[in-house]
Amino acid sequence: MRNETDLSGYEKITAKTIPTECMISSGHRACQGCVEILAMGMVTKATGSNIIVANATGCMEIVTSPYPQSAWKVPWIHVAFENTAAVASGIEAALKVLERKGKRKGPLPKVIAFAGDGATADIGLQSLSGALERGHELIYVCLDNEAYMNTGVQRSSSTPFGAMTTTSPPGKVSKGQYSWKKNVAAIAAAHNVPYVATACPGYHMDLMNKVRKAMAAKGPAYLHVFATCPTGWGCKPEMGVELGRMAAKCGVFPLYEVENGVWRITKKFKKPIPVLDYLKVQRRFRHLAPEDVEDIQARVDKEYARLEALEAMSGGAPKDKDDDE
Amino acid sequence: MAERALVAWEDLALGCAVLEAGNAAKLKTGDWKSMAPTVDEEKCIKCGLCMIYCPEFCISENAEGFFHADLNYCKGCGICAYECPKDAITMGKEEK
Amino acid sequence: MSKRIGTEVSLAVAEAVRLCNPDVVSAYPITPQTHIVEELSHYVANDELDAAFIPVESEHSAMSAALGSSATGARTYTATSAQGLALMHEILFIAPAMRLPVVMTIANRAMSGPISIWNDHSDIMSERDVGWIQIFCENGQEAFDLSICAFKIAEDKRVLLPMGVNLDGFMLSHMIEPIEVMDQAEVDKFLPDYHPQLILDPSDPVTMGPVGVPEVYLEAKVQYEQALLNSRPVVKEVLADWAKHTGREYKVVERNGKPDAKILYVTMGSLGESVMSAVDSLVEQGEDVGQVRLRLWRPFPEQEFMDAVAGADKLIVIDRALSPGGVCGPVATEIKSLFYGRDDAPEINNVIAGIGGRDVSVNEFQDIYALSKAGGIKENYLTWGVKSNA
Repeated sequence: MRNETDLSGYEKITAKTIPTECMISSGHRACQGCVEILAMGMVTKATGSNIIVANATGCMEIVTSPYPQSAWKVPWIHVAFENTAAVASGIEAALKVLERKGKRKGPLPKVIAFAGDGATADIGLQSLSGALERGHELIYVCLDNEAYMNTGVQRSSSTPFGAMTTTSPPGKVSKGQYSWKKNVAAIAAAHNVPYVATACPGYHMDLMNKVRKAMAAKGPAYLHVFATCPTGWGCKPEMGVELGRMAAKCGVFPLYEVENGVWRITKKFKKPIPVLDYLKVQRRFRHLAPEDVEDIQARVDKEYARLEALEAMSGGAPKDKDDDE
Repeated sequence: MAERALVAWEDLALGCAVLEAGNAAKLKTGDWKSMAPTVDEEKCIKCGLCMIYCPEFCISENAEGFFHADLNYCKGCGICAYECPKDAITMGKEEK
Repeated sequence: MSKRIGTEVSLAVAEAVRLCNPDVVSAYPITPQTHIVEELSHYVANDELDAAFIPVESEHSAMSAALGSSATGARTYTATSAQGLALMHEILFIAPAMRLPVVMTIANRAMSGPISIWNDHSDIMSERDVGWIQIFCENGQEAFDLSICAFKIAEDKRVLLPMGVNLDGFMLSHMIEPIEVMDQAEVDKFLPDYHPQLILDPSDPVTMGPVGVPEVYLEAKVQYEQALLNSRPVVKEVLADWAKHTGREYKVVERNGKPDAKILYVTMGSLGESVMSAVDSLVEQGEDVGQVRLRLWRPFPEQEFMDAVAGADKLIVIDRALSPGGVCGPVATEIKSLFYGRDDAPEINNVIAGIGGRDVSVNEFQDIYALSKAGGIKENYLTWGVKSNA
């Protein structure tokens, strides 16, 4: 049975109705310019306060919960690194049963899982797959800063090709990360869940409305959120938000959604920018030669064409062109 | 030796939970910064984008509708200044 | 009215759990636990148990989902064996640290390798330090009874710790035994609803599982260690309460055989029943032998054990797990530790038996007794029944 749900009734946010209440307090210990916590906070603005959060071990967990402090204004649990989806599944199942048995009061909170790229694409992939397959009504948000940042910038399967990390360093016989970024959003979509989307905080309306659609899903929703890490990527902190837009504009991180199996690119750019513009402002790509950049451009273009084909094939391409930005 | 501990074990919440939601606000991260933002209200169009993009969630709207950062928490990342469509925010050495 | 039926012990355990009305069962199948979780999912499918059955994709997720569920205030259950228990290992430490009263049946099975589906205690002996309350069943009736008691013990306000109910895989789990099964009304009188002390709920948000900085980790650990130590009187209280309800009395340490016997067997788990037969035979033959059966393993019932063996000169401690490289087997190590430096310390002969499902007959236990009595066990431990060229 497909987990299909009708998301058209989702509570859409407009420029005039952007929610401002963040479920994470100031005083958290994230790095200066951390776009991951910005993304996480933005997600919670869109979800509202009737949520229960399960969080993986990682930057976000560490900076928001150093005993005796907690930046969390909503109920929050951290268990371990690779099991966020499983913990969230347990919470979701318990909520539904307790409600059915008349053992709890109040409207059912939505269960939100937050986990980094390492905790999702690598060690947590199994428990994510299990949760998606079982159809739990939860929102799994992968906050992707493209490496194991909290432990000192080691590579994950979400690290982009050619990127320098401490375990994929460029050297005499290495160009940095040797594999292409794992497409976890596509893996999630292959589970036939009601809603999958990619987002970045630089397009905040797009992101928040995707959260709203995820909230409306009567089944699992998976959000893959691009999150600049100035510390790990070697870029200026002030351009962290803009860098996400650049990633979308050059096709490195396209913004799309998969709603009940229909793929739709939500941000199309009449004038995409070359990947070089995106790569050159980050120290982690500084070692790349022009031919490496060409290879990356070619592959990015190929992946984007594939995405467009998926869009067309699944009936997601609009009759009229989307507005630019 | 026991002076290294924060709290007596008998006084810990069950399972070492933190019961005071959002008490991280007690930590004034403002002293992390070396540069502080200043808003030129003449240029500010009250779009609120700075508030949307602040990773410290410390920018808020005042009574007149202008947006200013709470310097007790601002880490001086400069995102607000970079993102402001009217260049109304400048980062400068913090005046103590 | 309770009824006495002949049933497979696994199914009796499932029935016991059903009678406790858990809210969430999150489990992954592994031989020889499978019949327990299969039966529970049948109950759920037929609306005989109003619970969420989460068919998780691994044991690590089984325990993780169980913690999420328990933290939300649901009465939560799972079951596993050997490799599954090992796969849960890192999460097992977290459950008591977060004071989450999950109940788990462990159908004890030998750890790979080589891979074995048969019974021994190496799985649970690798989890000595996780901080769970751990109890051992000897027969099917105990498996049924202690499964129900486990919920009451774990969820007690003074305890709030996860509890493991151990029963020997195949040797117990797959045996058909006559078991008195309580009815719902009786269990409801015995087992109150679960009232969690701290839950994840937006009406009163809390943060569970914060970073245990060095300034707090030790005290956090002491908190649940103390809860574990304090659980011993609660275990005894609950078992006494069960005796009132059912007439079946269980002690944390049991004593049988010749009273004031100078040589005592010490056993844990179903091997104890074979030893009991051996001891009865020996006593009939005039031997001065008795038996002490350990039911509660963690927290180790120090005083009750010492009281039970008082006056004995020699203990033959049967371990059903090897501790490679260790001085002796796990149970013997505990007991030797207990008696260290004491004038009344008995001689301790440690025999490792029943490894990997290797059967040990009643006659063999009589042979072991004879060997021990003759002073023939001089090593720190003797591994019984090894085929060797030596």
